This record gives sequence, C-alpha cells and structure tokens, in this order.
Amino acid sequence: MAIDLAQFIQTFFEESFEGLDVMEAGLLALEPDAAVDLEQINTIFRAAHSIKGGSGTFGFKNVTDFTHLMETLLDKMREGRMAISRAAVNTLLESVDCLREMLVAARENAQVDDERVQALRDRLMQLLELKQTAPTATPASDEPTPPQTLGWCIQFQPYPQMMHSGNDPVRMFRELAELGELTVRPDVARLPRLADLQPEDCYLSWELELVGLAPHDAVAEVFAWVEGDCELTLTPLVEAVTPVSAAPPLPSPAVRPGTAEEGQQGELLLERRQTEDRRKGDRRASAVTTPDGGSIRVGIDKVDAVINLVGELVTTQSMLSALGEGFDMSRLDKLHEALDQLDRNTRDLQEHVMRIRMLPVSSVFSRFPRLVHDMSGKLGKEVDLRINGEQTELDKTVIEKIGDPLVHLIRNSLDHGLEPPDERVRAGKPATGVISLDAYHKSGSIFIEVGDDGRGLNREALLRKGLDTGLLKAGEDYSDEQIYELIFHPGLSTAKQISDVSGRGVGMDVVRRNIQDVGGSIQITSQPGKGARITICLPLTLAILDGQLVSIGQDCYIIPLLSVIESVQIRADAVNRVAGKGEILRFRGQPLPILRLYELFGTEDAVTDLEKGLLVVVEADGRQVGLFVDDLEGQQQISIKSLEKNFRRVSGVAGATILGDGRVGLILDISGLIRVNNPVL
Amino acid sequence: MNTKTTDLATLGPRGLSKRDATAEGLQYLTFSLAGEEYGIDILKVQEIRGWAPVTKVPNAPPFVRGVMNLRGAIVPVIDLRLRFGLETMAYTKTTVVIVVTVQSASGSRIIGTVVDGVSDVLNPNAADIQPPPDFGTAVHTEFISGLVTIEAGMVMLLDVDRLLSVEEMFALETVRPANEHGIAQAA
Repeated sequence: MAIDLAQFIQTFFEESFEGLDVMEAGLLALEPDAAVDLEQINTIFRAAHSIKGGSGTFGFKNVTDFTHLMETLLDKMREGRMAISRAAVNTLLESVDCLREMLVAARENAQVDDERVQALRDRLMQLLELKQTAPTATPASDEPTPPQTLGWCIQFQPYPQMMHSGNDPVRMFRELAELGELTVRPDVARLPRLADLQPEDCYLSWELELVGLAPHDAVAEVFAWVEGDCELTLTPLVEAVTPVSAAPPLPSPAVRPGTAEEGQQGELLLERRQTEDRRKGDRRASAVTTPDGGSIRVGIDKVDAVINLVGELVTTQSMLSALGEGFDMSRLDKLHEALDQLDRNTRDLQEHVMRIRMLPVSSVFSRFPRLVHDMSGKLGKEVDLRINGEQTELDKTVIEKIGDPLVHLIRNSLDHGLEPPDERVRAGKPATGVISLDAYHKSGSIFIEVGDDGRGLNREALLRKGLDTGLLKAGEDYSDEQIYELIFHPGLSTAKQISDVSGRGVGMDVVRRNIQDVGGSIQITSQPGKGARITICLPLTLAILDGQLVSIGQDCYIIPLLSVIESVQIRADAVNRVAGKGEILRFRGQPLPILRLYELFGTEDAVTDLEKGLLVVVEADGRQVGLFVDDLEGQQQISIKSLEKNFRRVSGVAGATILGDGRVGLILDISGLIRVNNPVL
Repeated sequence: MNTKTTDLATLGPRGLSKRDATAEGLQYLTFSLAGEEYGIDILKVQEIRGWAPVTKVPNAPPFVRGVMNLRGAIVPVIDLRLRFGLETMAYTKTTVVIVVTVQSASGSRIIGTVVDGVSDVLNPNAADIQPPPDFGTAVHTEFISGLVTIEAGMVMLLDVDRLLSVEEMFALETVRPANEHGIAQAA
C-alpha cells in the first residue's frame, strides 16, 4: 500500500489504449458465423483481460465491470458455447468504443456517458442471456451505474501508534478541507474505557467524505506522511443515480456520441445535466487543457543505433582534439579527414534522432478498417479495403495531422466514389468495390494514396460548377487537372445529395490546408467509370531540410533541395513571351513558365539577362516552374524557423533559417510560388 | 560580427544614479531621431545592439529593413525614421537597434527598431508627464503617450505597443486584394 501507483497510471492508459486497438483489429478480423478462430479470440480476450486487471488495480471500477462483461462474452465464444454472430461482434465493437471513452474519461477526470454505458451493458447481458438476473450476475450488481468522481470517500483507520510519530489527524483534515467540502465522521468503536486508555495512542478511525474536484494525487498527498501507519482506502465518490430501467433506443453502429445520440438522450439527461452543468463545465475545461501525455514508445533498436552513433561521434571528437594539440600544416589532410568524419557522424546522428520521432503510419491506418466496416454497412455498399505499406514511417507530428484528412478522403471515396452494388454490376464491375490505401517512400518523401475503383470524378459537373461560381471562365480550354483542382475549393460540392457523411462542400479545402500545413502537397487523378486516386506527398520530417542556397542580387534565398529538379543555363531565343502569361521556355519538349524572382521580390542589382543567370527548375504539386536566379551558392542543412512569430507571413516565403555565417536566409515556398504563377488556382 | 550589446546600467552616471533614486519605477530609455528626443518604457526594451546588416524581406514596406538573427530567433528590424516618414540618413557608428518586446492581441513579439543613437535613461515623476499635443510633432500624435520636459528640451514618450503593432503597421496592406499580398501583381 505504500507503493505510489500514480507513476504507473500513464503506462496503464497507454497500454489500455493499445489493448483496445488490438481488440478492435481482432474483432474486425473475426469472420462472423464461420469456424471459431481460437487464436484470434484469445488475442482479444487477453487484451480485454489486461485492461480489466489494470483498471482494477487503479480503481476504475466501471471499467473493470464493463470489461468483465465483455470478457464473459468472449469466453463463451471461445468455448464455442456461443455463436460469433454479426450482432455480437458489432456489440463488442461498440463496447470497445465505449470502453475507450470510459478510459479517456478516467484519464481526464471527465464525465462518462452513463446512458450509453448502461445501454451497452444491457445489450451485452442480453447476449449473455443474463438480462433477467443482471443485478446478481455481475460483480457490478450493487452499483449498476458507473461512478462519477465527484469527490472521494476516504476510510482512514490509523494504527494506534500513529500519533507517536508526531502526526496529527486534525492537521490532516484541515488540509483536506482546503481541497473541497469535507464531512468527517469519526468511528469511536475502538475507544477503550477511560481507565485503559493510553493517552498517546490513537483509537479513533474516520470516514471522510470530500466533495470537490480534488485529484487522487492531492488527496493521497495529505496522507503521505502516515503511509504505513494506517489503513487507508480512497474510493471515488459515486453519485447516486437511479438505474435507467428502460434503456434508450440503441444508436446505429456508426453513430458516434455527440451526434444523433445526443438528441435521443438529451431529454433523459436534461434534468441531471442542469444541476451538474457548472461542475461539469469546470471539469471539461480542465480536460481540454490536459495535454495528451506526449510520449512516444521507441523501439530499443532505434535507441541503440543512436547510442552507437554517439559513440562514433565521441571517437571523432577525441581524434580531433588529438589533432588539435601540436597541429602543423603537415597534418592538414588528417584534419580534413577527421572533419569529414565529423560531418558524417553529425548527419547520421541527426537522421537517427529524427527517426526516434518516426512512427509507422499503421497508427493512422489502423482506424480505417473499422471506419469502412461501419460506413459501408450504413451506406449499403460492399467494400474491400486494401491497405499496403502500413509500416512506412513518418514524423509523429505529421502523423497526427494527417489522420483527419485521410478519414475525410476515405469517407469521400466510400460515399461519392464507390457506386452502390447494383449500379456496379450494371457497369460490369464486381459488386464489391475496392478502396486502396497505400503508403510508400519515394525520393525523400512519403506518399500516401487513397484510391477507389468507383465512378471517378464527374468532370462535366465540376466544369459546370466552376463556370457557375465564376472560378472558371467560359470558352477557355481547361485541362483535367485544372478542373479536378476545383474540388479543393471551399463551398464546391457536386454531390447530388447531401448525406451526413459528406457532400457539403466543406472538407476538401480543409484537407488540402491540413496537408499543406505539414509541408505536404495533394494531387488528384481520376478516370471516369474507373475510379479516382488522391496522392498525398508528405515530407519525412518537419524540422530540418536540405536547402540549395541561391543568390539574387545581394540577397540569399534557400530552395528546398527536394523541390529542385535541375539547374540550367538557358538561351534567350528559346524563351517566348506569352501575352498576359509571362515567359515560357521550351524545355525538353515541354513549356516551362519562368519566374523572375528578382521581379517578384523587387530585388535591386540582380542579374536581369536570362543568359547570364541560372534557371532552377523546381517542382511542386506536380507542376514545374523555372526560377530565375543569379547564381547557385552552396547546399546546407537548414532548420526551419518561423517568420510569423515576430513578424508575419511573407508571400513566396515558407520560413527563415540561420545560415552558416549567422545571417538570416529566407526559404522559398515553392508550391506557393507555383500557385501564384498559375492564376487558375 | 560587429554587434555590440550595451548594458543599460552603463549608459551614463545619470542613468545609474537616477535609477537608484526613484522607487516609482517609471523609467524611459531615450534616443534621438532626426534631432528629436524620444522615450520608450524601459521595461519594453530587451537589449540594444549595434547596427549590423539584415536580410531583406521581399515586398515588405520600406520601413521594414529586414530580419535579423537574434540568438536563433528571426526578428524584424524597423527603421523608425522611415516608420515616421522622416528623411533617411546613412547609418553611422552610433546607429543602434533597440530590441523591444511588443504586446499585441496575438501575443508578444520581438521587434528591432533602428534609431540614430541612444541617449539616456529618464526617470520622470508621473506628474511631470504631460499629455501629447494635438500637433507640432514630427510623429503622428497617436503613437505618443506623453511629453516630458527636460533641461535640453522635450522628450516624446512613445507607445511602442501601438507604434510597432504588426496589425497597425500593415493596416494599409491588408486592404490590398487578398492575392497573396500582392505577389501576383509583380508576376
């Protein structure tokens, strides 16, 4: 009892959430009504069991009870006493969701949606055919409603010698009273007769009730000095709520709380909510500000690699210091060699340290089987989700940012892209549609593709919309690409029907913005009747990039090396002036627009003769443009710094960095420059 | 790099003694600009550096000289003469950059201001600060929070939060069409 559990609680949550993911994946893999896959069920069972054990240790009774029910059900399935029906799997899936919410609530001291929990419990019990005997069948019987931690009930029973060590219960209670509203009930049962009473011993014990939002730690802290001198139990205070006898109608599988469910239960909860509103408001506010742990689990191999590299670095360093002592010019070669080695070590180390932040995209992808499962059922479509390359690694920050855009893209594919089965059959395609999700690594970037074999984008409808909204001009000839780009415009949706899944025309612009926020780009290809494919290109990491330094007049700018295709000297006679569209170079058989950066940036003393400077061909968003600069300088690894922090956004500039000589260099925003150059977008 | 950082306490004996003398804490760093004396609340001043060339920022208004590297942070440098619409002068040995912290709705920013030279630290009594006149100053009076008379003349106390607020400085530009701040015009 003297063990401080608080230090393990974070681990418990992390492991529980991982366990939930395992359960979810396992459940999705269960083939309903097929032969029992024992291994699969065992995996789910084990995950559930560890959550149950952990939550019991940490006193999350509601979680323990709930998991116990799931476990019982799984146990029956395992023993073949129960069929694995679709209904059972769906209920279990919902229970996993519910459990996840309960755990989140427990972590953030927030409110659990009791109605939902109760409804699911009922359903689980129904499946277990325990419904009638429910009150006695589960350990939770006495307390069917999960507790809400409105405070703490503290059983404090000091050993007689507690006061010998100078501890004073009165002082402790005073401290407790500062944490909330305290009710103290002494228990005098152990009090001996006056003649037998030892004045220095403690015979009293207390039952305390602390109403307030004090966290477990704060309460435990008060008793920190008497650990080992008393019996102490801390139980979260449970609000007496009458059990809901008639469970509200069950929400449809795909509906998450906060949507339709909220409405259904709104009335039921209204009364209680009103009284609780203020308290809950406080708690919610605090929950919002609670940061999400922010820890990463790193494979031991990655850490070992870093340690190895640090070892090499230390060797190089001692080599250099040895060289430095009594250095003469004859050893210049050695110095160069050592410096090269230092350079290599630093680069390797940097790369490996960055790799620690890298997570496999499977952490994002893993939620999609569930999403597709739920949504395809709702939309009445048959879908085969094919995931490839989920072990591809990406920076944690990037991973966190691409989750929502990907959900959006997959929903779009499901809802708009794939046709209903009958329509597919009419079009001569298999009734089951395919949505593919691929991640791969190509030339220093990570690509994620979302594709479907549905109807593809409707070019005509988009064109019409574009003309209607004035984004396109009538009579002009637009490429497919330019037209498909329209879907990224806010407020433009061609869906005939607005469903609750998608079609409101908000979203794709947000998707693109989110992707661009992490320095990525997004492209779309589509073939009518054959499907659409959206390709997202993401940088490996956000913090550091290789830059090509270029000079324009007196100034020095940086072009991210990844965008550079090549640098060429050009002949003026290969350049055509196109009215209203600037200069175009015929370059390798393709027209290449030229951007004279000095003009854009208003630089003085720059080279203006096209034949005297250099053209750096860069690519972003699948388009190329030639940036006209005076000359190329060196290449350098640069760490990106914000211009906006103290200044503001500068168009055409993605950020700033400190150059080797201490000056500030501005990093060019290639996709921004290309967009500006192409007025259609 | 020819950057010199001056500790405020070494500015002069007057600065030092006066600082000790008054407990009220109203202190202003005064500097000269085109023959006039101005004061900035000393609590806003982060440091004073000698002028060193900065990196130009494309399409910035003329008074933004560029950005500099302040120990790894990117800090814009603003020429106060140009900000006030005064005539420019070649930078000399006494030209300094006063680095100030500016509070705004969007948080605090660090901004460097180029002035002709740093003069003194002034400790006016609150009673000595007069409201700004409606006219007769080179600077738009909305940026002046008060006037203090000293032996040598007058010191205008500047409201730097207002004067250097990014929103205020670029107010004119946001009116421009929202085509990426005017790059397209050049293109």
